[in-house]
Amino acid sequence: MARTAGGLAALAVLAAPWVAPPYHLTLLLPAFAYGIVLLGLNLLFGTTGLLSFGHALFVALGAYTAAALTTGLGVLHLEAILAAAAGAAALVAVPLGLLCVRYVKIYFGMLTLAFGMLFYSFLYKFYTLTGGDEGIRVLRPLLLGRAFGDLGKVEFLIGPFYYYALALLAVATLVMWRVVRSPFGLCLRAIRENPDKAAAVGVSVRRYRFYAFVIAAVFGAVGGALLAVPTGLADPLLAYWTHSGNLVFMLLLGGFDHFLGPLVGALVFILLQDTVMSLTAYWRFVFGAILAVVVIFFPRGLLGLLDPRAGRSA
Amino acid sequence: MLGGTFHAAVLFLVAAGLQLVFGVQRILNLACGSFYALGAYLGVSAVTWALGAGLPAPLFVVVLIAAGLALAAIGPPVERILRTIYDRDESFQLLLTFALVLMFEDVIRFVWGTAPHQLGSVYLVYGQLRIGGSTVPVYNLVVIAAGGSIALGMGWLLTRTRFGRIVRATAENREMSEALGVDMTRVYRRVFTLGVALGTVGGALVIPATAATSEMGIELIVEAFAVVVIGGLGSMRGAAAGALIVGLLKAGAIAVWPEVEMLAVYVVVIAVLVLRPAGLFARAAA
Repeated sequence: MARTAGGLAALAVLAAPWVAPPYHLTLLLPAFAYGIVLLGLNLLFGTTGLLSFGHALFVALGAYTAAALTTGLGVLHLEAILAAAAGAAALVAVPLGLLCVRYVKIYFGMLTLAFGMLFYSFLYKFYTLTGGDEGIRVLRPLLLGRAFGDLGKVEFLIGPFYYYALALLAVATLVMWRVVRSPFGLCLRAIRENPDKAAAVGVSVRRYRFYAFVIAAVFGAVGGALLAVPTGLADPLLAYWTHSGNLVFMLLLGGFDHFLGPLVGALVFILLQDTVMSLTAYWRFVFGAILAVVVIFFPRGLLGLLDPRAGRSA
Repeated sequence: MLGGTFHAAVLFLVAAGLQLVFGVQRILNLACGSFYALGAYLGVSAVTWALGAGLPAPLFVVVLIAAGLALAAIGPPVERILRTIYDRDESFQLLLTFALVLMFEDVIRFVWGTAPHQLGSVYLVYGQLRIGGSTVPVYNLVVIAAGGSIALGMGWLLTRTRFGRIVRATAENREMSEALGVDMTRVYRRVFTLGVALGTVGGALVIPATAATSEMGIELIVEAFAVVVIGGLGSMRGAAAGALIVGLLKAGAIAVWPEVEMLAVYVVVIAVLVLRPAGLFARAAA
């Protein structure tokens, strides 16, 4: 059943550019980007059991990498931008990870939050370097070396870029699937379930947490760079702590203990946000209420609801 | 210098609320910034109304504090919502308080709109003092005194009263105090309401000096976090010391190099977390 549903969903997103209106297609682009971000975040939270409240740092890092390369250095190849975003994220995540993974639970959450806000206030205050609250523009990139100059902005986004983003999401999903299913992924789950026992059977707990942190950061920055292309802007609010909170919200909405939870969460969150925002100016209230209901009654998220296995694993 | 202490006094109130709730309920309440913002808005409305009704201007502080205390009435219902997840993983508790942050932000927008609310006219009602070449509004000194006396009052409450002993016992060992006949539901409700009151009074006291904006809550919560991390989670003395450190650090940074104002605070937070994760003042009372 699950396989049929997955196949249908894949078919639907592939065929969407021919049938769906452009507006909804442009909505799918951030959903793809957030899907990649959340795949990484879920390796940290769902698989390893570490709740980061500063993951938006890496999303912002990716977006600002894209901005610096396109606007600042004139590098327009999206492949180069994504590689640079991944590299920058790894570079930042190594020292941060070494510090953060020494702590768990609430301390890990607070330390990541502090780092995220450190980056935010850097972006916000160092106007000459980062553009301050106005941010930096992200120019239209080349896809596989092609400019698609004959296409308008929206046509470019819902045409070639749509498939580019979708393909990237597919690759990211496959990579993450391999990671989670590998012995490495198994070790991470063992750490989540019982760190002491995992250590006792020879798993190097800190080192594995560190690896998970770096991988999550790379996914975050790649997603962030991809996110910045349709919005055309990298601004400091991407690093703000409420953005990190929203990332965790999406994850919880989709279902953190299911491999595809991140993808479902990103898609549902974006579509829901669009719907609620068009209905009321007080969408934050509605979203807060939804989050409260999810946390209290359905901690396993939407996919947890569909899951026939009884019992809650929260 | 005194500006920093003024900010520290307000910050202490919010952080003390955070500490109290964390110490007893083990919940890191992100929404305490929202209580602060609510207190600020209600403070503006209450004072504007009271002045319109003919209240002599110098009495506005009383109205502010009363507004803050009245708002503590939202404590019990909010605590009721949180009660559903006391036995869950702390990640979920944190997320539920994040949900509250989102909701309260829009409650404020709904009631007071998006424009900043100001209460400029009464700020200088007590006049200004010249201290060492700089002028200080007397109101700032009033708030510093109020913060200090509330800190002393909290110390007295926690160490010298029956309620305080129960609270500390609960923070120390929940099962044991429950076994000794402490009504946990009631203690939790009271502690949480007290925590809310500290936040709302803090918010109400700050607004003569600054405008109330709908973002003030989510901005302050990060600073309050910094305070509790520096001071040590769950420690009241830590909250006071942390608030002073953060307040003075910010004031100093603004004077020397304004760009690094918050940067400096986060650097200290990270340094403390890395070098002394338990905080500079490890858990003393509650």
